[in-house]
Amino acid sequence: MPQPLSTQLSALQEEVEAHARDYGLDFFETIYEVLDWEEINEVAAYGGYPARYPHWRFGMEYIELSRSYAYGLSKIYEMVINNDPTYAYLLAANHYVDQKLVMAHVCGHGDFFKHNFMFSGTNRKMLDEMANHASRVRRYMERHGIEAVEGLLDRCLSLDNLIDYSALHSLRAPAAPGTGQTEEEEGSREPKRMRAKGYMDSFINPPAAMEAERARKERVRKEEERFPARPERDVMLFLQEHAPLRNWERDVLGMMREEAYYFAPQGRTKIANEGWASFWHSRMMTERLLHPSEVIDYADHHSGTMATSPGRLNPSKVGIELWRDIEERWDKGRHGADWEACDDYAVKRTWDTGAMKGREKIFEVRRHYNDVTFIDEFLTADFVRRHGLFTYEFDRRTNQYVIADRDFLAVKEKLLFMLTNFGQPTIEVADGNFLNRGELLLVHRFEGVPLKLDQALETLEHVQSVWKRPVNLETFVDDEPVALQYDGTTHWTQTATADRS
Amino acid sequence: MVRRIERDRKRFDDIVRGKIKEDLKRHITRGEMIGKQGKEIVSIPVPQIELPRFRYGSKEQGGVGQGPGDVGTPLGGGPGEGSGAGSEPGRHIREVEVSIAEMTQMIGEALELPRIRPKGAESLSAVRGRYTGIRRIGPETLRSFKRTYREALRRQISTGSYDPRRPLVVPVREDMRYRSWKDEPVPVANAVVFYLMDVSGSMGNEQKEIVRIESFWIDNWIRAHYDGVQSRYIVHDAAAREVDRETFFSTRESGGTKISSAYELASEIAEREYPASDWNLYVFHFSDGDNLGTGDNERCYQLLRERLLPAANLFGYGQVESRSGTGAFYGALERHITAENLILSQIRDRDSILGSIKDFLGKGK
Repeated sequence: MPQPLSTQLSALQEEVEAHARDYGLDFFETIYEVLDWEEINEVAAYGGYPARYPHWRFGMEYIELSRSYAYGLSKIYEMVINNDPTYAYLLAANHYVDQKLVMAHVCGHGDFFKHNFMFSGTNRKMLDEMANHASRVRRYMERHGIEAVEGLLDRCLSLDNLIDYSALHSLRAPAAPGTGQTEEEEGSREPKRMRAKGYMDSFINPPAAMEAERARKERVRKEEERFPARPERDVMLFLQEHAPLRNWERDVLGMMREEAYYFAPQGRTKIANEGWASFWHSRMMTERLLHPSEVIDYADHHSGTMATSPGRLNPSKVGIELWRDIEERWDKGRHGADWEACDDYAVKRTWDTGAMKGREKIFEVRRHYNDVTFIDEFLTADFVRRHGLFTYEFDRRTNQYVIADRDFLAVKEKLLFMLTNFGQPTIEVADGNFLNRGELLLVHRFEGVPLKLDQALETLEHVQSVWKRPVNLETFVDDEPVALQYDGTTHWTQTATADRS
Repeated sequence: MVRRIERDRKRFDDIVRGKIKEDLKRHITRGEMIGKQGKEIVSIPVPQIELPRFRYGSKEQGGVGQGPGDVGTPLGGGPGEGSGAGSEPGRHIREVEVSIAEMTQMIGEALELPRIRPKGAESLSAVRGRYTGIRRIGPETLRSFKRTYREALRRQISTGSYDPRRPLVVPVREDMRYRSWKDEPVPVANAVVFYLMDVSGSMGNEQKEIVRIESFWIDNWIRAHYDGVQSRYIVHDAAAREVDRETFFSTRESGGTKISSAYELASEIAEREYPASDWNLYVFHFSDGDNLGTGDNERCYQLLRERLLPAANLFGYGQVESRSGTGAFYGALERHITAENLILSQIRDRDSILGSIKDFLGKGK
């Protein structure tokens, strides 16, 4: 059970937060809970929320965390959740200096959650909402059996990346069943005529206008026959609205979709958010908070979290360096047309306009950028060279990953590709009445990287068990367009012929 | 109060166990799984435990990394699945780690094996030390160099006596740190298992692999019931000799078969080192059932009746089918000896291993 914060830690929280505010950070009220390592692993397995619905994957996650903690491979120092008030957890066994560092770090996250535009649409009472979901799911389990509900949860979770990542800050509510999307009256294909005496008719209802109106109606009607009218990226929403589900099933799907939308902004701001928090803990610790006796432990801990390995990009490390780089560039005026035009290395090296706009700039950037725009705008060739970034690829001959390219544009392109759409393939509902047989047609917007086929086939089975009628997925396998179909018992693959653009 | 996570964890365990049990036969007959002795954990690929998603294959995708090296330099060790930034949090299990003990338990459950009832003395235990932590006092031989210097560095920085330009760190008495240990009881063995194997020309590699797999699980099942178990290995063709475990599973001899030679050697060792009053004795003999002649069979009956069966909790004879063996010994034993603690089992191929284990251990001896 969480213990109340000791007097020492409360005093520390006040001290740290006062410094943070002084630097300009602004966050919701923050509540710290002190947990032992078993409890912190438990909370971490639940994604930071004390109350989640029952599901085996939390147990799996817990086993992984506990094992890696027991082997000394990893230790959770800090966890913070986007909520008002913000909740954060401290590991009871940590040194005082670690708690200090964590609190400083949490101030950074809190500020980012509160002000970054990606989070503006998130539910700030998610802690309560999660508990709410948990009790609903538990109630359904009592009523319909654990297996039935768990099976549905498995299916929903395997589809939870099929949401519209471009509409994160405006979560659409599902349309109430029965409300049609059409305003046009049923049946009337003829344009509406205004009443007119015979001799006035051709003036009041001019034939040309009537013809145009008729054509418009025809177009609208054609469009409405397509279902959905436009390709729908929010596959979960489409299923929630149109799949033949029972009410409780619809509710579970809705909850999983809501949670997916809530978590999505965190995935889309990993570099910026982790970097921001690290930037501020580093700044606050070294400038204000550290006692000399704590330097060694702090340095040890900080360098541990900033560690890089060749095959894995550490978002904290890339993030913190980018923030530092931005601050320096705007402090010294190293941006804009003059800077870009200059190609004299000696001049560039000592370039300093004394602008001192760094602080202002980083606060502006943390409000308006997510990882994609952050990298797109602030990753420079110089940065890539200084920090030794590269792209890697799998070499089939030697059966291992090798460094592929150190070129700035290649690195940037690869990084952006990984970040776009959350590193997820874009898959849309193209037709909810495919072949006029009530089948579902999903289309993978192919961007050069194929899907993992075995998983795609299994996922398709999950889609089918929600949709009930056969489902189809158009994608590419071995650079050939194919349609994968699953009808509930058998998988079919055929070469896709129809061009659906 | 049961913590909430315990329920989810149990649910996960049940799912994993269910998946493994579904395909137990295939898992336990994977020879490579039991290749390394002393390895207590096995990795079992469990299908469909990972939630499938529409996602990119990481091999096709590649990624961005950081560090030194020219183009073409291998990264060494694969990148994390999903590879870093922008990928979704959480790892994905394709292989589940299961301890051999758990696996053995699962076999026990699947075969509905009764627990073994040991006879003889209660198990004994001795005490052994294990290094577990760090303390401030101790003998110089156990000084932890790293921790001591870390303490010293810490003290010097906080007192201001550390000079980065001349980074000299000198530990004083209070900085010293030593490894400390805890006493742990270690069980003393009171059960012994003899494995006897026919290595004559007719026993081929496949036959030996079957023996290896079957004896591995039998060994583990018996071990699960005693605090300490010793194993002895004897191979024979026309003559018998004791060998170590590695040799036992790799030796290939040729020539005739004289089963009595192995029984004789086992009896001698057992009587000399493991008095029946104090020890739980198990003997398992694997052969393709070709013996030298009826004369030697007679000798075997005698050894079994007079020396081995009276002393042993269980004597198991497993006959592995081979192309050239006649398999006559099985029938001979069946006809000539009836004893409650003699169990005969025929193992046709890998798929029969589970059934054979059930034959041997199904009586709870």
